[in-house]
Amino acid sequence: MSGRLDQVVEQIGLRWNGAVRPSPNLAHDAVCQIECPSEQLGEVCNWLFSEQDYSFGGLIVEQQKHWHLRYVFYGGAHAGWIHLTTSLPGGESQLPSISRLIHAADWHEREVEDLYGLSFEGHPRLGDFVLHNDVFHEGIAPMLKNFNGSEPVTDRSPDTNWRPRRIVEEIGAFAMPIGPIHSTGTAPVYFQLETVGEDVIRAQPRLFYAYRGLEKIAEGRRADDVLLIAERISGTSAFAHSLALCQSVERLCQVAVPRRASTLRILIAELERLRHHISAIAGICESTGLAVAAAHASILEEELLRISGALTGHRYLFGLNVFGGLSMDLEDTRCSLAAEAVANVSDRLDTLQAMLSTSSSFLDRLEEVGVIEFPDARDFGLVGPVARASGLSRDLRNAQPYCGYDRIEFLVPHESEGDGYARLRLLFREAQQSTRIISAIAKSLPAGQCRTPEWGLRPGAALGWVEAPGGAALHWLRLGEQGVVERYRIITPSFANWHGFRLAAENFAFQDFPIILATFALSVHENDR
Amino acid sequence: MTNWVIKGLRTGVKSTRYPRAEETAAGCSPGLPAATRLPSDLAEMIVARCPTGALERSLEGVDVDLRRCVHCFRCTRGSNCTVDWSGGYDWAGFATERTGAFGPPFGRSLHILVVDTGDCGACLSEVKQLNNPYYNMHRLGFFLTPTPRHADVLLVVGALTEQMRLPLRKAYDAMPTPKRVVAAGACALSGGVFGRSFICSGGVGEFLPVDVEVPGNPPPPLAILHGLMVVAGRKPPASLYRRVENSSADEPR
Repeated sequence: MSGRLDQVVEQIGLRWNGAVRPSPNLAHDAVCQIECPSEQLGEVCNWLFSEQDYSFGGLIVEQQKHWHLRYVFYGGAHAGWIHLTTSLPGGESQLPSISRLIHAADWHEREVEDLYGLSFEGHPRLGDFVLHNDVFHEGIAPMLKNFNGSEPVTDRSPDTNWRPRRIVEEIGAFAMPIGPIHSTGTAPVYFQLETVGEDVIRAQPRLFYAYRGLEKIAEGRRADDVLLIAERISGTSAFAHSLALCQSVERLCQVAVPRRASTLRILIAELERLRHHISAIAGICESTGLAVAAAHASILEEELLRISGALTGHRYLFGLNVFGGLSMDLEDTRCSLAAEAVANVSDRLDTLQAMLSTSSSFLDRLEEVGVIEFPDARDFGLVGPVARASGLSRDLRNAQPYCGYDRIEFLVPHESEGDGYARLRLLFREAQQSTRIISAIAKSLPAGQCRTPEWGLRPGAALGWVEAPGGAALHWLRLGEQGVVERYRIITPSFANWHGFRLAAENFAFQDFPIILATFALSVHENDR
Repeated sequence: MTNWVIKGLRTGVKSTRYPRAEETAAGCSPGLPAATRLPSDLAEMIVARCPTGALERSLEGVDVDLRRCVHCFRCTRGSNCTVDWSGGYDWAGFATERTGAFGPPFGRSLHILVVDTGDCGACLSEVKQLNNPYYNMHRLGFFLTPTPRHADVLLVVGALTEQMRLPLRKAYDAMPTPKRVVAAGACALSGGVFGRSFICSGGVGEFLPVDVEVPGNPPPPLAILHGLMVVAGRKPPASLYRRVENSSADEPR
């Protein structure tokens, strides 16, 4: 275990003098679980977040005999993971909100309130969130164990008078309703943009039209069938999410993944990151109306899809990850061929970047637009490229290495301006790093098996994490007897970044809105689950 | 700006020759399982491995319901025995005989409204690829439109969630007649991996009259293009079921 984590745990013990009890580690190292009474929760969370530079990972709720709530924090290198746990005795369903101290927990508490019916004292805005009140009444809590998830809800009693709230009161104030079906081929999301003249004063997205209840339908299924669900949280980062689930199972069952498999996993994960970033770049070019650049970027995106398809059999890398390794071995020669093709794509991406950086009409639309300052990025717990463009440089690949990322040389770029152009530059720089990793791995693939043959599932719970293309993704899996899933919690980067998106859109002109949205590279499907 | 013009010209023509000729580039399609002749004990084992019930036992082997396949590759990458796997992408077929394809007036100008009713993002991404220079569906007279008022075809992707029912119904009702519905992807056809639940339906067909179904999870761009060609009446539909030849159940639907 790392020294930094020990120190922090010791200090917690001293400061809260006995009330807070560290308990034995989970099945893996670098994780400390601390029991904390609900009254002290806010203080301890705030201390970790504000004074000890821990990031808030997310909130995991489990319904057993009592309610168990788990607040997950992770730090930088050697600071490990801290799980603050608290229990509510049977019958109670209210606990203090921590959102006033840690704004990053805001949406987590809203989600728990909506899906579990738990109430957070002091939270300013609970109610209509995941389940829309104009479809389901407020009393429905689908994540409760006694809720039948396989049948449609018969008694919905929706609030037919429900309308999105307007808060801007001003002469000339106008509410622009956009969505949930809007533009050509976009994911379902509703925006109410409240404008006064040119400027968007308030931009609150209404999400969860694509809520598929994945956490609920996973319960009771076999673990390897849940892997199929993990791939379909977000099809454009399927490999990252299936990898996170694989790692939680492998950590729980203490399966040693062969070196060859984990190295190949890095190669595929970086291929996916590269494709995700190029897709985002294409989106940014398109939003500014720069058609040639958009076409060029989408050529590169399609080529990467074909490279993925030719190498792994599936353009979106479905069906490749299995517990204990990969479902098929990727031969060395094919990996080098793919790496060569990727290097070719990357060269042309560099040309595109050079051309974009001298197109003044393009830059005018991005520079100093959609700015997120460092303190805001931190308060809202933003993750991934969006956070790194605002100077928050945490990346799970080097902060909490997995798959052997610690054996690989790469940089985690960051920018400081936090505007649209910083986010674009960051995408380009990360894409270069991914290419570098792919080339380096393809040259020196370790020999051996690509799957661990003999091992068994065992009951228990573990956390798996990856730096998905969009940022930190955390998967918490609890297995019961015979490999049946009891609880599957999916914390996605888009959930964190959608929460902060309005910061960037507000107080900028209405015509900048689609561009700001494109620079965030948000996934609705990943958020909605 | 001249740089961009030159860049565009230098890139040259990238478009596929489909539908005039077959597209043979690697990585265009994940393929689908083929009906396979197998002894009954092996067939039973393989059918049990399929998580979505896409494989069915027949007298002489394994039949495939393409609408249910989610490309998990368990029937082809597992140990012991495997089914045959076939590439290609001309997968789209008629869902019902009620409406059929559009006639000639629509053949070369079809306006399409895409509605995502809760997919994972992969189907939507493949629809987006149709506008990239490789597939460039404008050359075939297919255009995406943002408004139902201009749309001839409603292209639905994703498992239909409860919260998207009303928007989908409104979009469909706002379309002028004649109109057709194309459902693309295993989730829209059969519920896919998610299946029927408190929030997802078992396919869009339960809610809207679907005309053309495009299998795949996600269907590759060429398969979606085939679906649009089928609904426009410019390509013959494929069978959505693959059956072992000479078996007694050999009747195309």
